[in-house]
Amino acid sequence: MSTLTVPAGSTGGSLGSPAPDAPKAPGTGGLVELRGVSKWYGNVVAVNDITMTLGPGVTGLLGPNGAGKTTVLHMMAGFLPPSRGEVLIGGEPAWRNPFVYSGLGIVVEREAVHGFLSGWDFVLASAKLHRLPNPEAAARRAIELVDMVEPMHRRMGTYSKGMRQRMRVAAALVHDPAVLLLDEPFNGMDPRQRLHMMELLHAMGEAGRTVLFSSHILEEVEQVSGTVQVIVAGRLAASGDFRTIRRLMTHRPHVFTIRSSDDRRLAVALMGRASVAGIDIDPQGGLTVRASDYGTFTRELPKIALAEQIRVQRLVPADESLESVFSYLVGA
Amino acid sequence: MTTLTPLTPPTARLRGRLALFNPTIARITTRALFGQRRFLLLLPLPVLVVGLAVLTDASGVHPREWVDAVVLDLGLTVVLPVLALIIGTGVLGTEIDDGTLAHVLAKPLPRREIILSKLVVAVSVTTVTTGVPLALTGFLAGSPSLALALVIGSLVGALAYCALFAALSLLTRRPVLIGLAYILIWESLLQNILDGTRVLSIYQYVLTVVDRVANSTLVSANLSLAVALAMTFIFTVGFTLLAIDRLRSFAVVGETS
Repeated sequence: MSTLTVPAGSTGGSLGSPAPDAPKAPGTGGLVELRGVSKWYGNVVAVNDITMTLGPGVTGLLGPNGAGKTTVLHMMAGFLPPSRGEVLIGGEPAWRNPFVYSGLGIVVEREAVHGFLSGWDFVLASAKLHRLPNPEAAARRAIELVDMVEPMHRRMGTYSKGMRQRMRVAAALVHDPAVLLLDEPFNGMDPRQRLHMMELLHAMGEAGRTVLFSSHILEEVEQVSGTVQVIVAGRLAASGDFRTIRRLMTHRPHVFTIRSSDDRRLAVALMGRASVAGIDIDPQGGLTVRASDYGTFTRELPKIALAEQIRVQRLVPADESLESVFSYLVGA
Repeated sequence: MTTLTPLTPPTARLRGRLALFNPTIARITTRALFGQRRFLLLLPLPVLVVGLAVLTDASGVHPREWVDAVVLDLGLTVVLPVLALIIGTGVLGTEIDDGTLAHVLAKPLPRREIILSKLVVAVSVTTVTTGVPLALTGFLAGSPSLALALVIGSLVGALAYCALFAALSLLTRRPVLIGLAYILIWESLLQNILDGTRVLSIYQYVLTVVDRVANSTLVSANLSLAVALAMTFIFTVGFTLLAIDRLRSFAVVGETS
């Protein structure tokens, strides 16, 4: 899984990581498999022919908003039927099969909870609904894991977004599931809570659980997981080791707009550099620079400006949106 | 820092159970129901029925005249179905609307167990909130047998109405609107125009049961008891099974969808 696979063009077929079709040995409760899964609503295709296999460890499901991450997670969670293909949890279909939940924990993005319940009531109810032999001990352990012991007897209506989120995570892992699915789990968390949650997911992955979390923020995925599945416009755009994807992203061509004390002279100086692919001069003032290499260009620009004694007044990446990063990945 | 115990899949133990009722679901459902504003707003309705009965009786009107207007026309055709509508959709529809149903769905519970637990709550609350005030009016009319008949009638109505409205919650996004249309158009309006619709009206089953149990001249019904009971059974079981099947295939939508 350490190689990056980026499909050429947008044709289907062999997307993403290789999906082993080998039959599963008993005890592979932690395996999540998608085989040729598509989901459409009328004429709108939300998920397009995705095949992936997730094993123990933490995997990030990365993609811009609206890419289909939630749809993929909901299909894995048995909340939606795939229009085509198969979704298997531990070898069993997820749809119309409530018993998969004995080995599966889910934290959906929609953060609805009954505000009248205390955090303790909520997690304990979850433990009882799982019919755990000792629900009190299981609830206690789960609440300790998310570091919510102190406020656990307060009504959940009084919690902050981050606290509710952690209690929902506690309820989802109260039965110590082999597979944990989390949709945008870091939303609404402060940096300290975020760090703690990242450690918790790490620990679960280390302990052999299959943890999948979705995010549209690169840095979150980078910090938590080594393995990543990138979804763009319903398709699996890339999958594999995060560092490879990160390298591709930092070395992608990049557009900057620059304002300086002498645009034309700066343009002449920049043109001689290999890291610059092209320059447009705006008649109203300013330059648009197409850098061929993000990292090298941003290191070289200050040196050139200093040597030429030009003052750079403004340097704005024109194309920094996540969508452009992803569309670059897809087009690569 | 984190210790995780080895996995013990309890699937085998869960699969073997005959799951009919779950106290945890029932308890949370009840607390959620009594916390709803629209439910609390409806509680004055039963009080209104009792109040009207007391007033008319005190002003010297014979029960023969006010039982028809207050108990049957207001109590059985309005209060019972409207309370059953709010409660029957309240135990399921509101959890679908606010998304809390996902917590229950993500548990290894047969969907039958979820529906039946919620229906037990809905039927009990409906029977108590309509049966008790209606029984008071029965005593006021000087007929303990009418009081008993109204409690049993409330239970019969609660069973059929709650099953119907719970199934509606899973079939449509606007269960209250469609439920109201059933009560107002089908049961109230068409009944007066078309005799044939009587056999498909829960109100007629309730009226028949009340009539036969009370054995009083104050109430008269149009159906035979056997037909009324058989149809109540069909409504209750049919819509309960439909609700269970719909919940099995219930698609949880995300926030953005």
